[in-house]
Amino acid sequence: MDSPLRLIAQNPVDRLAHTVEALLVVASAPLSVSELADATVDDPERVETALRLLGERYREGRSGIVLEQVAGGYAFRASRDAADACARLFERPVERGVSQAALETLAIVAYLGPCSRPEIARIRGVAADSAVASLVERGLIAEAGRESGPGGAIRYRTTPLFERVFGLESLAALPRLDDLGATEDELRSRLIEVAEARAS
Amino acid sequence: MPALHPRPAVRDLELDLDAFEGPFDLLLTLLLKEEIEPREIDVAGIVLAFLEHLADRDEVDLEACGEFLVLISALLELKARALFPEEAAELDELEPEEAAEELARRLAEYRRMKEAAAWLVERLAAESERFFRLGPAPLAPRIERRLADQSASALADALRGLAVPPPNVSLSHMALRFPPVTQFLERFRALLARRRRFDFDTEVAGLSRVEQAVAFLALLELRKSGEIALSQAAPFTPIRVSRADEERIPAWTARSA
Repeated sequence: MDSPLRLIAQNPVDRLAHTVEALLVVASAPLSVSELADATVDDPERVETALRLLGERYREGRSGIVLEQVAGGYAFRASRDAADACARLFERPVERGVSQAALETLAIVAYLGPCSRPEIARIRGVAADSAVASLVERGLIAEAGRESGPGGAIRYRTTPLFERVFGLESLAALPRLDDLGATEDELRSRLIEVAEARAS
Repeated sequence: MPALHPRPAVRDLELDLDAFEGPFDLLLTLLLKEEIEPREIDVAGIVLAFLEHLADRDEVDLEACGEFLVLISALLELKARALFPEEAAELDELEPEEAAEELARRLAEYRRMKEAAAWLVERLAAESERFFRLGPAPLAPRIERRLADQSASALADALRGLAVPPPNVSLSHMALRFPPVTQFLERFRALLARRRRFDFDTEVAGLSRVEQAVAFLALLELRKSGEIALSQAAPFTPIRVSRADEERIPAWTARSA
């Protein structure tokens, strides 16, 4: 008697899904649809169908492994249910003890990058050398060419690891700076109210 | 991760100055909105308040100190420009209003980036349960380049094409065009065979400057070999050439002896 699983396995898309699954297990970084299509020597659209199939199979609550779309590709990660157990065995060294200065520098590079240390220093008002060095060491930012002209300063951009650590599909998933300004506007209006109350 | 959370020490710093009473944050906002004149603000009072605030705490908060320094120096610059508008304009070629505007813009930009950093902190906390495999990417296999079919004769043809000696490059445009000295030697000897003497200047008149120079070299050559005698009445006067045995000029022989 054939089991239902065996019947599914005979479907060509499902066979492709098996191969994609294997590639994602081997990979240490997210794989894009085109990379998966190249490796499987298959059509990108069929690869996307296979990924949807895998996404259904590997989702939160159903499996200990979760397929996610992150940093411009697809990758497996541990399910959130298993996070506590994972934390007992492994730590997340990338973000351990990131200073406020480094986070501000990271925000500047993520939003305005590629940008150089002098540009970062101009915005923050203090030198950014140690913050930049710490972010490079953690692999959250990387060199991305130099400013034009002779002796141009090195420019930095965020890495795919940054997107992965912060769970971003791409840099476009960062909130707009205008949206972030909402708290500032709110603060301002509150402060103006206080000032007016004091004047009256 | 306590290090990730911003400590609002500077923003909440309570101030009690002559011109202003309230949190430091409010003061900055009012300054940016130009509701308070920078010159009315006692910066030293703010520094004192911050130092007292620091003294109340057990540990030194370096992040807060850094933020305070940035803000207080921006405030000082703002105030200095307002107090010395002429000098400020000279220093940076900016009007005080422009300078204040620029500083306000920078403060706003920095503030937006602080908000972005705060968002990153929140995001990191929300994503703290993300565990995934991390490591260097494995080496990719070397991809073999596929070449089109090749034949030995095609290679031979290509080499033959390269083996053809290049055409000689013409240097004719570079050559100096003047006759050889021997031509003038023969010409002067022939001349002296017919005539006993001749005038060099008349003989070379009409020739080019280079040809005249070559003719003169021939003249010197003949003189050196003793075939001719030369005479000149004065510098820049015509040179007279005669057979060596026919005419001897005492002055010349005396000089050349």
